[in-house]
Amino acid sequence: MALRAIAGKKTLTLGLGFGPSGAAAAASFPGLGSGLHARGLVTFSLPDLPYDYGALEPAISGEIMQLHHQKHHQTYITNYNKALEQLEEAMTKGDSSKVVHLQSAIKFNGGGHINHSIFWQNLKPANEGGGEPPHGSLGWAIDTDFGSLEALVKTMNAEGTALQGSGWVWLALDREVKKLKVETTANQDPLVTKGANLVPLLGIDVWEHAYYLQYKNVRPDYLKNIWKVMNWKYASGVYEKEVA
Amino acid sequence: MGGASLLSALACGVSSSSIGAPPHSFLCPTPNRRRKSRRKVRCAPITAQFELKPPPYPLDSLEPHMSRETLEHHWGRHHRGHVDSLNARIAGTQLEEMELEDVVVASYNKGSPLPPFVHAAQVWNHDFFWRSMEPGGGGKPSGELMGLIERDFGSFERMLKEFKEAASTQFGSGWAWLAYKANRLDVGNAVNPCPSEKDNKLVIAKTPNAVNPLVWDYSPLLAVDVWEHAYYLDYENRRADYVSIFMEKLVSWDIVSSRLHIATARAAERAREDERRRREDDVEITNREAVEMYVDSDNDSEPE
Repeated sequence: MALRAIAGKKTLTLGLGFGPSGAAAAASFPGLGSGLHARGLVTFSLPDLPYDYGALEPAISGEIMQLHHQKHHQTYITNYNKALEQLEEAMTKGDSSKVVHLQSAIKFNGGGHINHSIFWQNLKPANEGGGEPPHGSLGWAIDTDFGSLEALVKTMNAEGTALQGSGWVWLALDREVKKLKVETTANQDPLVTKGANLVPLLGIDVWEHAYYLQYKNVRPDYLKNIWKVMNWKYASGVYEKEVA
Repeated sequence: MGGASLLSALACGVSSSSIGAPPHSFLCPTPNRRRKSRRKVRCAPITAQFELKPPPYPLDSLEPHMSRETLEHHWGRHHRGHVDSLNARIAGTQLEEMELEDVVVASYNKGSPLPPFVHAAQVWNHDFFWRSMEPGGGGKPSGELMGLIERDFGSFERMLKEFKEAASTQFGSGWAWLAYKANRLDVGNAVNPCPSEKDNKLVIAKTPNAVNPLVWDYSPLLAVDVWEHAYYLDYENRRADYVSIFMEKLVSWDIVSSRLHIATARAAERAREDERRRREDDVEITNREAVEMYVDSDNDSEPE
């Protein structure tokens, strides 16, 4: 089990009804604000991976998983917390310029935290069920909305390959019309920026840091292989909860 | 395509890769046609092709700051891929006969980029980037460049700080730039109605993905690539370290100075052109007024 040692701040619950498994549960509220509108600021810490760094090989190397988790995701969390603290101070002071100025850092770093927290859940070692195609209601929905699982994978891989620069490709559920969609977001924009009714079922990180050490510039090979460790059980769980 | 034109193409040594393209103008370019980009044009091209130009130094000569492996992938795969894609995309279009910088600006399409843009811009950006570096580079600039840096940023150190800040806060993929801005407002693509000497200055800019300051009519002087592929093999996630090393050990300030020289000359020429046009407009208005006065004064006595 990949271990984390950051102590004591309340960790992110994903807001989808799922908490990251193995996450620390300490719930202290640091930094009560001073002033008229004091509130307890919730900050975040790195969730544990539910598998070892090397467990997704050969699809994704242990080297990438460790860097991706310990450096990239941790940096998003560190900077997100910093931005939140600055935001709280600015809000307390009524400093509107500062509040607005902080929005891009919050969107970027907060988005990075949201997206990666989902991503770790989306992946599973092959010997623990990773790659097993979806059954039940999600399987039927995929056939209905895309024709077949192969067609969905083809679409997601095409969108992921075509994405210029950095971003994510998503399998989304539009909870309003109960339909599945493939969406992309740029940089660390979370899926919700594409529509308030969109629920992420699966997300694939197509930032170069997600694959470069192993696949270099050949993003299509990364996209082809990641399906071997895709955690369809997670996606099914989210889907079933939404359509229930 | 007729046999005769094929023969003439072969006689002029056109590579086999360019034969078989859609019928296009076979005009041989006139010998004195000025070419800003280093695009090699052969006699009677069936298609005009942009080429992958190598960095002006061996691929291992920037080590240990930028590894040969990085150069092999970055130049040999990424940059090469953009050249190939650009040529494929512009084949048979008007863009094919344009200089690379013009292709960049035209395909940027004032902010709604067309498909060739990413490739054209990335070809230009990478050519510019390789030439911004040299083995044993770094140190500090001098002369006119240093003077302008101190004038516009306060000090070299402050310019460095701002440059690194731009590079670090370009969220996602992109580039950070030192550029010379002449007679242009800070709003992209806007025209300055009252240009003054004070508008000519050095600026630092950051751009996403393939965008570069050519689209704002700035003159780029220096660029650092902050796409992850530019530094990941050597620095992993440590973009700040990469940018610091780039500035300390790789930048060719000689090249930056010569680019500044060209930029200031271009700005001066433009200012003279604008002044000339303004004077011509003034003369035309004066002439028009004189004619109107003549007609008015003769109104009553105009013969039928």
